[in-house]
Amino acid sequence: MLRLEGLSKVYGTGDRALTDVSLSVEPGQVIGLIGPSGAGKSTLIRCVNRLVEPTSGKIFLGDLEITGLSRGGLRQARRRIGMIFQEYALVERLTVMENVLSGRLGYVGFWRSFFRKFPPEAIENAYRLLDRVGLSAHVNKRADALSGGQRQRVGIARALEQDPDLLLIDEPTASLDPKTSRQIMRLIVEICDERGLPAIINIHDVALAQQFVRRIIGLQAGKVVFDGSPDELDADVLTKIYGEEDWSATIRKVDEDGEEAGDDDDEGSEEHIAALDRERLAGLT
Amino acid sequence: MSDTQFDKSWQKRTTKQELLLWLGWLALVAFFVFCWEVMNKNTIWAFVSDAPRQAMDIGSRMVPPRWDYLPSLMEPLWDTIAIATLGTLMALFMAVPVAFMAARNTTPSTRFVRPVALLIIVSSRSINSLIWALLLVAIIGPGVMAGIVAIAFRSIGFVAKLLYEAIEEIDAVQVEAVSATGASKAQIMDYAVVPQILPAFAGITVFRWDINIRESTVLGLVGAGGLGLRLQESLNVLAWPQVTVIFILILITVLVSEWVSAKVRHAII
Repeated sequence: MLRLEGLSKVYGTGDRALTDVSLSVEPGQVIGLIGPSGAGKSTLIRCVNRLVEPTSGKIFLGDLEITGLSRGGLRQARRRIGMIFQEYALVERLTVMENVLSGRLGYVGFWRSFFRKFPPEAIENAYRLLDRVGLSAHVNKRADALSGGQRQRVGIARALEQDPDLLLIDEPTASLDPKTSRQIMRLIVEICDERGLPAIINIHDVALAQQFVRRIIGLQAGKVVFDGSPDELDADVLTKIYGEEDWSATIRKVDEDGEEAGDDDDEGSEEHIAALDRERLAGLT
Repeated sequence: MSDTQFDKSWQKRTTKQELLLWLGWLALVAFFVFCWEVMNKNTIWAFVSDAPRQAMDIGSRMVPPRWDYLPSLMEPLWDTIAIATLGTLMALFMAVPVAFMAARNTTPSTRFVRPVALLIIVSSRSINSLIWALLLVAIIGPGVMAGIVAIAFRSIGFVAKLLYEAIEEIDAVQVEAVSATGASKAQIMDYAVVPQILPAFAGITVFRWDINIRESTVLGLVGAGGLGLRLQESLNVLAWPQVTVIFILILITVLVSEWVSAKVRHAII
């Protein structure tokens, strides 16, 4: 379904984010991408729809080579790829419905979208999706009036409104509490199963990945160092991905009961602080 | 636990930095004293000592205000408000494209278009509206039109500058999310950029309108219509009671405009 061949990305600053990454995602397969902060997880999924331009390598979606597309061709390809973001990335001042319908922008002309005159099928589908993610009661609320979990549900509905062939999901739970995180992960995995939709999920919470995903890829300094089932994730593998640390607690807790696994690390809180900073800045404008 | 010795003293600046800082302040004080000297050299002290008496004199002539002058001020007052409002509207039409060309994240070209946009902003901001009016009265003749264009030219820079800063501060992730759906450039503007800058835009507009009301009251001094024209006439014939009425009217107008702008901004943000 999705195939990466020798994908590399070097940023303008000289940082090597990805080095020769090759992998393929089978139809209907949900992949958990784990690795330390800065390992290139976000860069990898952003390369797939070219929000970040890869430096070298090829990306195929089915038979379509995404890396070779022109501007217009890329827009058409992006319609087939849904994306879900860490900070939800909803347009805060638009309503829930507008946010969901924005998933349809690639199919609608400018003036129709400007006057919010979307085709009836798109609107019907948006209502169906909002019902599916449990937000029927909030259709006309503004996105910034919702809680974190609700916002991420809108983000999921927006991605599905595209009727995508592939989902790219960037840290869907990093800003959510452990319970909401599990609900959101469950919803994502269920929806992917229902639709036979392949997905790549970036996730820094190892326990969460093990609980919900059947195939895990470990990224370390821009290289794939692990590709296998969650059961194969032992202390050795985790050390290879993240470096030396006492992993016994992480592994044991998962074996007993995934629901109880604590949110581990400082990474999450760092990201929280960055997010807070961004929100504070946004308030100034 | 350990025997390591830790420092008991800590300084934010090194001694050298501290010294330079004090020298800097010293230079500033010396400069101030020097300027004071220069200023006083050209002061005629006879006039200064006379000042309180002169002020009292003019003050006594200003009361009581000539209230029956008020009805004839209504038309110039209307002109003043019209100059401010139309001038602001005219400025908006020109400022919005300039702002998008000046903002780093929306400009078509950082190397060629952005400097031009910044030049427009700077030249508009660097010339006071009174001077714009002076020029425009000479070019398009005295009257309300010159006032409107003067207000508009001065406002372009102000509005464009604040707006382009707002554009540069938008959340890029929201833009990323909308582009990831396959939206076109125009759609990205409509769905991701405009909603984010709309509150700033409305706030800036009302704020500038409020400033323009104040500025347009004096534009008449150089012949560009409005209340200032009457102020000029009254001053020329030393009709101090009329001047008082005009001052009171300006005060009330500015108070009302400030109240309106505060209300509107509160409602939007």
